[in-house]
Amino acid sequence: MSVKQFRPAFDRGFHNLTFGLAMFVLVLLVAILAFLVVGSIPVLKNQGLGFFISAEWNPVTDVYGALPAIIQTLITAVIALLIGVPVSFGIAIFLTELAPAWIARPVGVAIEMLAAIPSIIYGMWGLFVFAPTFGTVIQRWVMANLAPLPVIGPLFASPPMGIGIFTASIILAIMIVPFITAMMRDVFTTVPAVLKESAYGLGCTRWEVVYRIVLPYCRAGTVGAVMLGLGRALGETMAVTFVIGNSHRLTASIMGPGATISSSIANEFVEADSKLHTSALVTLGLTLFVITFIVLAVARLFLLRLKKQAGH
Amino acid sequence: MLTTFKKSILGGAALLMAAGVFASAQATEISGAGATFPYPVYAKWAEAYEAKTGVKMNYQSIGSGGGIKQIKASTVDFGASDAPLTKEELDEAGLVQWPMIMGGVVPVVNIKGIKGGDVKLSGQVLADIYLGKITKWDDKAIADLNPDLKLPSEAISVVERSDGSGTTFNFTNYLAAVSPEWKDSIGVNKSVQWPVGVGGKGNEGVASYTKQIDGSIGYVEYAYALQNDLAYTQMQNKDGEFVSPTAGSFAAAAANADWANAPGYYLILGNQPGAKSWPITAASFILVHKSQDNAETAKEVLKFFDWSFKNGSDIADKLDYVAMPENVVDMVEKTWTADVKGSDGKKIW
Repeated sequence: MSVKQFRPAFDRGFHNLTFGLAMFVLVLLVAILAFLVVGSIPVLKNQGLGFFISAEWNPVTDVYGALPAIIQTLITAVIALLIGVPVSFGIAIFLTELAPAWIARPVGVAIEMLAAIPSIIYGMWGLFVFAPTFGTVIQRWVMANLAPLPVIGPLFASPPMGIGIFTASIILAIMIVPFITAMMRDVFTTVPAVLKESAYGLGCTRWEVVYRIVLPYCRAGTVGAVMLGLGRALGETMAVTFVIGNSHRLTASIMGPGATISSSIANEFVEADSKLHTSALVTLGLTLFVITFIVLAVARLFLLRLKKQAGH
Repeated sequence: MLTTFKKSILGGAALLMAAGVFASAQATEISGAGATFPYPVYAKWAEAYEAKTGVKMNYQSIGSGGGIKQIKASTVDFGASDAPLTKEELDEAGLVQWPMIMGGVVPVVNIKGIKGGDVKLSGQVLADIYLGKITKWDDKAIADLNPDLKLPSEAISVVERSDGSGTTFNFTNYLAAVSPEWKDSIGVNKSVQWPVGVGGKGNEGVASYTKQIDGSIGYVEYAYALQNDLAYTQMQNKDGEFVSPTAGSFAAAAANADWANAPGYYLILGNQPGAKSWPITAASFILVHKSQDNAETAKEVLKFFDWSFKNGSDIADKLDYVAMPENVVDMVEKTWTADVKGSDGKKIW
């Protein structure tokens, strides 16, 4: 075979190979979805849509309701984002726009290392170090000073155990910061220097450059970084299981114990011996799948709108 | 350079192969999975047995429910559960069950200035704490049981098992036996709908939550209470006496157990009579298939448990478990002879 004949054949082969790999992802996704749907049938047949709106989770009577887990999954993820995003944003801006090289480098490496720490380590650290300190120092104060307040008081009322929804949210925030930061930093460095230099040349301050040049240029990437963090916060399992307190109850308090979808599955799957219990856990998995899908879809729509506004 | 590299790879591969041959020549390995409660003692038995016979026993403490599932699916040679299966459940799955070891579930507390054995509780009070009806350590119901103790006016943080477990089964079984309200509103199971409290995963999880949280109460298997230096409580038993958890008080409860009249060995040791009986005593069970496809492995399994019954009580004592009495061992081995057969119908034991 001459080189001339060989190249198109190789190209076709390469095309087919990569096409196959790409399709593999789709097949895998469909297979997982099918498994979740089939596994959900028993409990949905038995309890109908009540599964999603009931707050009762009782293996003794085989009655399962996902509402507390769904709500607490969303609450922990949202609080984690509220804490994590501004922090990550600050770090990323500092690293790309303000820091001298001798400090940007070690901090950058530190962030990558933080991202590489396995989640169970965060969980253990959370349980043994963070939770006791948080309980005795902060929660005791919160309970004494905020819990007696009218209206918002019940949000904070809980014995100072250091373990609960808010603790889990903070651990989640710590876990997603390195991810979001690393991505934002990479995106921010793509801004052409000439753009920024022109702005400085026009007399812009640092803040104005960040706000009017860097941010608009990196909008899509920034939103992507936040969504990545949100996805991780929604699905994070082991660290949350360690510190959330694992109780299937709807409470007004964000300081009290709760359970997320993934922590419930991690806790109970091995021991679920009734058919409905297993099915209920699989359905929780399906619910998380759908929630994540909705979140990603919303993010896409949001990005599309941003692009339109920007006139691209 | 390249040749040394090649050589070392080849050498490594040869070594691996040799290790593989060696391992396969080194006879049988039996596997089991299930209850976390007896794990420490099964692990020690396995160690001693392997040193003596070369037969390796591999036990995964994944929890009772997991053990039952695994033996039903025949992925292990035996399953272990802290909650016995009923005769009907056994027959349906074609399983044989027997009690292997006994121990105790122990309430543990973390109150400032309180040492192990200081606090006395009754079953009723314990149930009310877990129902969320008693919320402070200086509640009158607790103070009445402990007139000499100065209990702080601190909130009680209830700790329970978040994963399903035989320990929870035995604990809730006891609460249901002493509190009608518990029986009606919560019930008995390996996991239940706890009205209050935080859930830790595994005995370790409950132990570490109890250690972390001021004013907490939890329940763990006795060995975990000792290993973690947790303050246990005294409990009032059926005869109205206060007893501490010890091997002696577990044995006292077990002495009253009527195994001979329990079909399929379905018997729960909670709330037994006797002045010295620990009220939350529990037995742990082994499950094997009635019909064995691999008679040789099945025989190895039975040989291991036979050895453990006959030689394992010292190890059990040291870990604060209680070995099964001789008459029960005889009964169990007769069950093996009668019920465990090869797929060809031949006796194995």
